[in-house]
Amino acid sequence: MKFSTKLIHTGHDTDPYTGAASIPIYHASTYHQEDVDQIGPYEYARSGNPTRKALEETIAYLENGKYGYAFSSGMAAISSVLLIFSQGDHLIVPEDVYGGTYRMLTSVLNRFGIEHTFVDTTDLDAIRKAVRPETRGLYLETPSNPTLEVTDLRGAVAIAKEHNLITMIDNTFMTPYYQNPLDLGVDIVIHSATKFLGGHSDVLAGLVALSDEKLAARVELIQKAFGAVLGVQDCWILLRGIKTLQARMDRSTESAQKIAEFLRNHPAVENVFYTGLSDHPGHALHESQASGHGAVLSFDVGSGERAREVLKKVKFPLVAVSLGGVESILSYPALMSHKAMPREVRLERGITDGLLRFSVGLEDVDDLIADLDQALL
Amino acid sequence: MEEKFRLETKLAQTGTGKEAKTGAINFPVYYSTAFRHPQLGESTGYDYSRTSNPTRDVLEEAIAGLENGDRGFAFSSGMAAIQTVMGLFEQGDHLVVSYDLYGGTYRLFEAWLSRLGLRFSYVDFRDLNAVEHAIEPATRAFFVESPTNPLLQVMDLSAVCHLAKENQLITIVDNTFMTPYYQRPIELGADVVIHSATKYLGGHNDVLAGLVVTKGEELTGRMAFLQNTAGAVLGPQDSWLLMRGMKTLALRMERHQQNAIRVADFLKAHPMVESVFYPGMEEHEGFYIHQRQADGFGGMVSFRVKNAAWVAPILRNLRLISFAESLGGVESFITYPATQTHADIPADVRNRVGVCDRLLRLSAGIEHVEDLIEDLDRAFQRAMKESD
Repeated sequence: MKFSTKLIHTGHDTDPYTGAASIPIYHASTYHQEDVDQIGPYEYARSGNPTRKALEETIAYLENGKYGYAFSSGMAAISSVLLIFSQGDHLIVPEDVYGGTYRMLTSVLNRFGIEHTFVDTTDLDAIRKAVRPETRGLYLETPSNPTLEVTDLRGAVAIAKEHNLITMIDNTFMTPYYQNPLDLGVDIVIHSATKFLGGHSDVLAGLVALSDEKLAARVELIQKAFGAVLGVQDCWILLRGIKTLQARMDRSTESAQKIAEFLRNHPAVENVFYTGLSDHPGHALHESQASGHGAVLSFDVGSGERAREVLKKVKFPLVAVSLGGVESILSYPALMSHKAMPREVRLERGITDGLLRFSVGLEDVDDLIADLDQALL
Repeated sequence: MEEKFRLETKLAQTGTGKEAKTGAINFPVYYSTAFRHPQLGESTGYDYSRTSNPTRDVLEEAIAGLENGDRGFAFSSGMAAIQTVMGLFEQGDHLVVSYDLYGGTYRLFEAWLSRLGLRFSYVDFRDLNAVEHAIEPATRAFFVESPTNPLLQVMDLSAVCHLAKENQLITIVDNTFMTPYYQRPIELGADVVIHSATKYLGGHNDVLAGLVVTKGEELTGRMAFLQNTAGAVLGPQDSWLLMRGMKTLALRMERHQQNAIRVADFLKAHPMVESVFYPGMEEHEGFYIHQRQADGFGGMVSFRVKNAAWVAPILRNLRLISFAESLGGVESFITYPATQTHADIPADVRNRVGVCDRLLRLSAGIEHVEDLIEDLDRAFQRAMKESD
């Protein structure tokens, strides 16, 4: 079955009781039990709810996994996954990891004895060198946020397997439409579903998909014990968004490619970061592990001052944090997604003062290009 | 909302008058994850909904006002609230915890937080000497419930908070059973109050939610940081549903309590019942302490039947009262802690505390009390007949 068909026919496309074309929203926190010795499939909504279950099975299906879990935000998903580790464990994490993940690692998990080393994961030797006897996990993002650097997933997974590390990937930028990390041997896939999966900038959500039964049991226990679950109304809204994922991604990616090419030829732009550009250093590698380049690109206008001017002049994109919506969003990583990172660390990671991140929406691409053109003048 | 208003008024007016643009009585549900910045470095006060959302804000202000704290925080479940609060601590820290405790909290502490280097001592907080004795140099906090779940034991909250302050500890109170309508621990000296708002605050068994209220600038700042970092926040629709529930909290709590008192009296007189636990009965050992620190007794009644073999038939023969996990809804619920809420506590620990296999916990709903009593009476009779 092709992906666009899978999106519509997930196995939860109709309600078994009524035939309704969309699963009902079960606003029930708890469930009546007929028998004290034989507790039914649902007991308490933190442990399971039919609407959430439909969403969880959908993400598992789309990621070619067996188990799915829904959380109240992308960070709740990331935090819950990272809590499978214990005091004394060590993790290897990309140096340009999402600012929120950076904050969780450096100001919460470190206090509970979960240690980390930041490395440039595009360099497989750097990953290998960072492995210690107590290393338990390898966390990845590819392409990275916001500099869109590509990590060799097969290569990284091979190193992880040699050392018995659990590999985790934040697949938010690619979505299961373009990249299926479980097929490449990654153990746990995480999404900020707030972004492309939801797609409408209206719902906060996190999703996790995996195939290994034992690992799934650990994530499931944390979901139940920590309880950072997604509310049912939000589950339903997310399921609704997922149906149009491919249609949205196709359009946004096509526009992103055109915009990247436009920006590359623009005199006011110093650098464009988009894996769809054939001279992007990770272009071929990305194409070997993903089927599309996605809707996020970054570009450097040279200075903080210039970046501010562009942000002030643009008419169509929202100037806001977040990405992946039907509306284009222009963000300023230095003051937004990567604000939690000290400036010197940020610069080291290529997140310069002139860097802007553009999440390309569904507006007409000519309108977007004309708008950027006037803003860059 | 001005301080001078009474609780009933604050509750009924939750969110009212907060929406200036249209005058909508009910605050709108802001289904927006991101907020446009007027320009760089300028914000409307809202950037990203994980950090703050207008609908969630109104709920958070409401619970802070009701509990007389400095700031409120809303989470995706009661457990998410507890877990986020526990992020205040770090490896090596030790907490003294009430030994009769919700099973989910126990599971979180023992199965997960112990792996992250936190240590817990479980103590009977009715015995302050035992509590004092449990304090170590690494102790950072007390974590308590009063009345406890499910045995409804009562501790002297003012004395507990006083002891905590003497030892530079913070006191965290799970106030789910009482709600701010009946008990406001911050007024008694507590630093952090937690609610599983899934229960009485929501009141309709339709929404999972957790709330936290903090007192003190430093704690408040750290909680805000942790809420944003771990991201276990409550969605805007659920925030709105919860506020809708809170508007009727006072009415519901009064009826829950009225029904609970009658049910407790019925159970006390029933020959198949060995003991009844309800802090509103004068013979309850915590009756006077509870009366001093709370304005009501709530809707939770636990009882022990004389024979464990009666439990299954009683549950099977109830027609009206739902056998389900959870509490605090308009519908009456009966729970078997040994296999449901407290299943994660090892049997020997459970039995030592008193959560034995003859214990049932009843959450009195707001139905007509005679119907509830008749349902129990009939189920008891049939259970007796079946086991003859």
